[in-house]
Amino acid sequence: MADYAPHTAEDISSMLDLLGHDQLDDLFAHIPAHLRIARPLDLPPGRSEDETLADSARLAAANRTDLVCFAGGGAYDHYVPAVVDAVLQRGELLTSYTPYQPEVSQGILQILFEFQTMVCELTGLPVANASLYDGASAVAEAAAMACAATRRSRLLVSDGVDAPTRTVLGTYAHPLRRPLDPLAVVADGRTVVRDIPGDVAAVVVAQPNCFGIVEDLRAHAEAAHAAGALLIVKLEPTAVGLLATPGSLGADIVVGDGQPLGQGLNFGGPTVGFLACAAGYERRLPGRVVGRTVDVDGRRGYVMTLRTREQDIRRERATSNICTNQTLSAVAATVYMAWLGPQGLRELALGCLRRARAAAEQLTALDGVDLAFGGPFLKEFALRLRDVDPAAIIDGLCDEGYLVGPLVDDPRGAGGPLVMVAASERRTSADIAGLAGALQRQLKDQR
Amino acid sequence: MTVMGARNQTEPTLFERSRPGRRSSELPVTDVPDVDVDVVLDGVELAERAPLLPEIAELDLVRHFTRMAQRNHGIDVGFYPLGSCSMKYNPRVAERVAALPGFRDAHPWAPPAAVQGTLRALWELEQWLTELTGLHAATLQPAAGAQGELVGLLMIRAYHEHRHDDRDVIIVPDSAHGTNPASATTAGFEAVTVPSGPDGLVDVGALEALVNERTAGLMLTNPNTLGLFEVEIERIAAAIHDVGGLLYYDGANFNAIAGRVRPGDMGFDVVHLNVHKTFATPHGGGGPGAGPVVVSEELTPYLPAPVIVADGEPPSGYRFDWDRPLSIGRVHGFHGNVGVLLRALSYLQRHGSDGLASMSAKAVLNANYLARRTGEALPLAYPQHPPMHEFVLCGTAVREHGVRVLDVCKRLIDLGYHPPTNYFPLIVDEALMIEPTETEAPETLDGFAAALAQAVGEAAQDPDILHDAPRSTPVRRLDEASAARRPVLRWTPETDD
Repeated sequence: MADYAPHTAEDISSMLDLLGHDQLDDLFAHIPAHLRIARPLDLPPGRSEDETLADSARLAAANRTDLVCFAGGGAYDHYVPAVVDAVLQRGELLTSYTPYQPEVSQGILQILFEFQTMVCELTGLPVANASLYDGASAVAEAAAMACAATRRSRLLVSDGVDAPTRTVLGTYAHPLRRPLDPLAVVADGRTVVRDIPGDVAAVVVAQPNCFGIVEDLRAHAEAAHAAGALLIVKLEPTAVGLLATPGSLGADIVVGDGQPLGQGLNFGGPTVGFLACAAGYERRLPGRVVGRTVDVDGRRGYVMTLRTREQDIRRERATSNICTNQTLSAVAATVYMAWLGPQGLRELALGCLRRARAAAEQLTALDGVDLAFGGPFLKEFALRLRDVDPAAIIDGLCDEGYLVGPLVDDPRGAGGPLVMVAASERRTSADIAGLAGALQRQLKDQR
Repeated sequence: MTVMGARNQTEPTLFERSRPGRRSSELPVTDVPDVDVDVVLDGVELAERAPLLPEIAELDLVRHFTRMAQRNHGIDVGFYPLGSCSMKYNPRVAERVAALPGFRDAHPWAPPAAVQGTLRALWELEQWLTELTGLHAATLQPAAGAQGELVGLLMIRAYHEHRHDDRDVIIVPDSAHGTNPASATTAGFEAVTVPSGPDGLVDVGALEALVNERTAGLMLTNPNTLGLFEVEIERIAAAIHDVGGLLYYDGANFNAIAGRVRPGDMGFDVVHLNVHKTFATPHGGGGPGAGPVVVSEELTPYLPAPVIVADGEPPSGYRFDWDRPLSIGRVHGFHGNVGVLLRALSYLQRHGSDGLASMSAKAVLNANYLARRTGEALPLAYPQHPPMHEFVLCGTAVREHGVRVLDVCKRLIDLGYHPPTNYFPLIVDEALMIEPTETEAPETLDGFAAALAQAVGEAAQDPDILHDAPRSTPVRRLDEASAARRPVLRWTPETDD
């Protein structure tokens, strides 16, 4: 049984003596007796570290570790360099907490300032916060900002925003009676934004969208702004290795999930949400924000700032309820982006694009396999499979050692769901040929 | 304090260390055909310049972050007595568990058959949490305690809505953490405050006068934010339940009672737990944590989707159930901070039921012991009841010397200790909120008490030593007012000085 407390029997008895107690249970004596647990709980006994690790290793081994990953849908198999893990295991960072005492927290504060700077660079906007939970809740927080800024409540949400994010947005919006209306995606896979009603707070799109297609953000921004609404973009951050930043095309708030930036997969979490906004919305930001200042001797230093927005000060009038967020994940993203560098980011985006084009070419060469949309894509694309159950194909590919997916509903409602395929920089031409061969066999078996 | 290195020195940012042409990354050779970007991305607006990321070699990258670490306090460095944060030792075996390749490389969209290990681990964690809380079912989606609060309140909202019962008020004690009222607003409720009595416990008479048909629920920590157990919890529960409301347990202080008292037995209907507090997953500078929510059978239909299901008895397989028509929806793009949840499971497995009861007893022992030791310097704000895992001191005594509790805190840094939480809870003037946790030895507590006594003593004799503190840190007191007035929130070449 684990006991990380250092107390010897002597420590305990002398401490109890000071307090005038005979035994540890006396410390709970003022709690009504019938509320105190009298029986052992129905839980296993404590185990040694060795046994616990062995149990965990058995469970971990029950996961498939041999799969060649072509899955996407917001979680990508990018390489995480060793320096990321090394930095995260520094105890001074790992075991610290929210930097309430800035003089002894300059490390975390400066890293978050660097993270904010990098998020500004990726989004093309001047202001960023110090992280949010994930990309999906970041969209919900951005929507709340837009509603407060415009004093409107309606949200237009593209069908190209992934389904989990739309659900999260709905979960956050429902209790505040903010209606969500869909925006259709058309044949090339892009969102159509026009005729925006006057009560719309924000138009919400994803770049690239959940079908992998690159949106025309400049047109979306113009349409939104013409109606007095803001444009919120959920950005896949590696896309800006090639694409113009959403901010440079007119987006007002850009959010996203930093999973591709040195986080690994971890079954989808922890990752890190990010949020950047145009000038003028600083005081509506959710979560923590770090600012640069000087100390009493004029030396440069960093503090949490714009604190009067936050729940511990503003309570029920706070801009959001966020307290603990994803700081260490933001540290990982900062290390990763510094490791990657500007040239590395471009090489990464281009390398993924080349692999995705090669995969799309080989897979669509198979009979009954088509690209679902005609528009341009980067590292991920949607396939329509004719005359088969796509879910069964995904399972069959998994049996053969290839992971693809997720399944996404066809926004045009025609035919069955679409299969997403993503190619990270880790995939080789042999992987792609192997996937194509496996898909060919699966299609044959199931037709 | 032990935050070391480069005293009174600034460290350049990554951007200032950057030199054009340097890099750390090398990507795999691309062995597929080249593409003409202008052709395959025809009509797409492309980047005109690369984002301004640092250009830095790997050794300089490592040195930068090493220096950042050296300028930061953590539990590994020293005592960290932040009230209501449970800054206890983070066992390293948890890091090894989360890094097991099978867990680390599991893709969230993988078919369930490919991730049976992760699903079983998460299902097992849910069994631990339901038994520890005395409730029925759990969701692991919330990424932090505050998101757990939102989930719990949305479930309370859904429960009332489903019964066509229009209730719009959540009652929150005046001693509550700020997330409670903020979460109530986020969930579409009006937050109404119930006062604490002169003894620091909820004024039950005031509560009974406050409840009515608008009451959707009450949010409560027990022990409360003052570290005091609400001994009249059953009368409080009855007051809420009698008018049709539900009782929400904020698990921020679960470290005091884990394995000894169960929220479900006290009458709570919904609970969130902070695994980064009670179950010792690393706080990481402010996350990632995890805030699982555990609920009664009545609230189970409203859990976020999907829910993990075990098939067979004993279970032979695990899957997600997405068909949850009454669900509040979801709050995470995937399944929550799974890597953090796996660490929490390993903590529970290490301890077992007995180990948790021993843990909470020693947490309460340490807090009572330290309260007695620090009582020589500053009085308890509410001495009428014995503290549980934390306690609140009132620092008004130093004010007559022109010193504030903030100054005492900064002086503690020079004396080698991270300060406690200060100016919270709001109902205590010049509050110092201290939670030692069970993993500190008595000699550490003695050392802290002596440092506090020294600082309080200096307030009378030499107040400037407190006003000028800290002096031993890389930077001294920072100008927070101008940081907020003229925010500089990112590095630019122009702000480089």
